[in-house]
Amino acid sequence: MDRIPILKLGGALIVSIQVDMHDRLALALEEDLTAMIARTGARGVLIEISALEIVDSFIGRMLVSIAAVSRVLDAETVVAGMRPAVAITLVELGLELTGIKTALNVERGMALIQVRLSEEDDGHGSDRDRHED
Amino acid sequence: MTVTKTEALPVRSGDDVVRVRQRVRALAVEIGLGLVDQTKIITAASELARNTLDYGGGGDVRMETVLAGTRKGLRLTFEDQGPGIADIEQAMTDHYTSGGGLGLGLGGAKRLSNEFHIESTPGSGTRVTIARWK
Ligand SMILES: Nc1ncnc2c1ncn2[C@@H]1O[C@H](COP(=O)(O)OP(=O)(O)OP(=O)(O)O)[C@@H](O)[C@H]1O
Ligand SMILES: [Mg+2]
Repeated sequence: MDRIPILKLGGALIVSIQVDMHDRLALALEEDLTAMIARTGARGVLIEISALEIVDSFIGRMLVSIAAVSRVLDAETVVAGMRPAVAITLVELGLELTGIKTALNVERGMALIQVRLSEEDDGHGSDRDRHED
Repeated sequence: MTVTKTEALPVRSGDDVVRVRQRVRALAVEIGLGLVDQTKIITAASELARNTLDYGGGGDVRMETVLAGTRKGLRLTFEDQGPGIADIEQAMTDHYTSGGGLGLGLGGAKRLSNEFHIESTPGSGTRVTIARWK
C-alpha cells in the first residue's frame, strides 16, 4: 500500500497531501504521523492540503484526530493551504476543525510553528499555550 | 425535466468512493457548475457514498445530468439493499451517529444540495437522492 511521505524539518513534521485519499491511506497517514511525532519529539505538524478538492467528514475527522493526538504528544497541528471553496463547503457541512490552527499557505503555517518553537527556546512557551486554551 | 445523460457506478469499496468523487466532479464540470458548487456536490456525494458503503453494506450510485427548461442540474441517487434506517428523523439530526462518525453526513449532504430526498425501509434498504442546479 502506498503511503504519504512525512518530512522532518527542524522541530516540525511536514506532510503535503497530493492525492485524493482513500480511507485506508488517510488512516495510514494518521498512524504514521503519530508514530513519527512520538519518535522525533516534533513540536509542530504542518499538513498542506492545497491539492485537496474536498474535505469530507471522514478527512475532517482524520485531521481533528491527528491534532488531538499531536496535542497529547505536545505538538501543535497547522493545516495550510485549504482552498476557499473547501473552506466554504466545510462550514456548510457543519464540520468544525476543533483544535486545529489554519494558515493560508505553507510559509504562514511554518511561521506559526516557528513562533511556538522559538517560544519554547525562551522557556515560556507552555505558559502561553495554557492562556490560549 | 429531461434526463440528458445517465451513468452508474458501484459503491462497494473505499476505492469506489474515490471513483464516485472523481466522476461527480467531471459531470459537475460538464454542466458548468462553478467551483464552490462543484465542491459542495462532490462533498455531499462523498458523504452519501461512504454511508452506502459503511451502513448499507455497499450499493450503487446513479448519476444523471438533467435539464429543466434551460437549467442544468446534476442528480445523484445512492441506493443500497442494506438494513435500512428505522428512524430517519434521528439519522438526519446533526451529530447523531450509530457508527462512531461525526453524524454530519446526511444533514451535511442536505445542506450542500439544492434538493434532498431520502427513502428507507428497515430490512430492505435505503435510497438517497440529491440534486444541485446550475
Ligand atoms: N445507507 C444507510 N443505511 C443504513 N443506515 C444509514 C445509512 N446512511 C446513514 N445511516 C444511519 O444514519 C446515521 C447518520 O448518518 P450520517 O452520515 O449523518 O453520520 P455518520 O455516517 O454516522 O457520521 P459521518 O457521516 O459524520 O462520518 C448513521 O450513523 C447510520 O446509523
Ligand atoms: Mg456518514
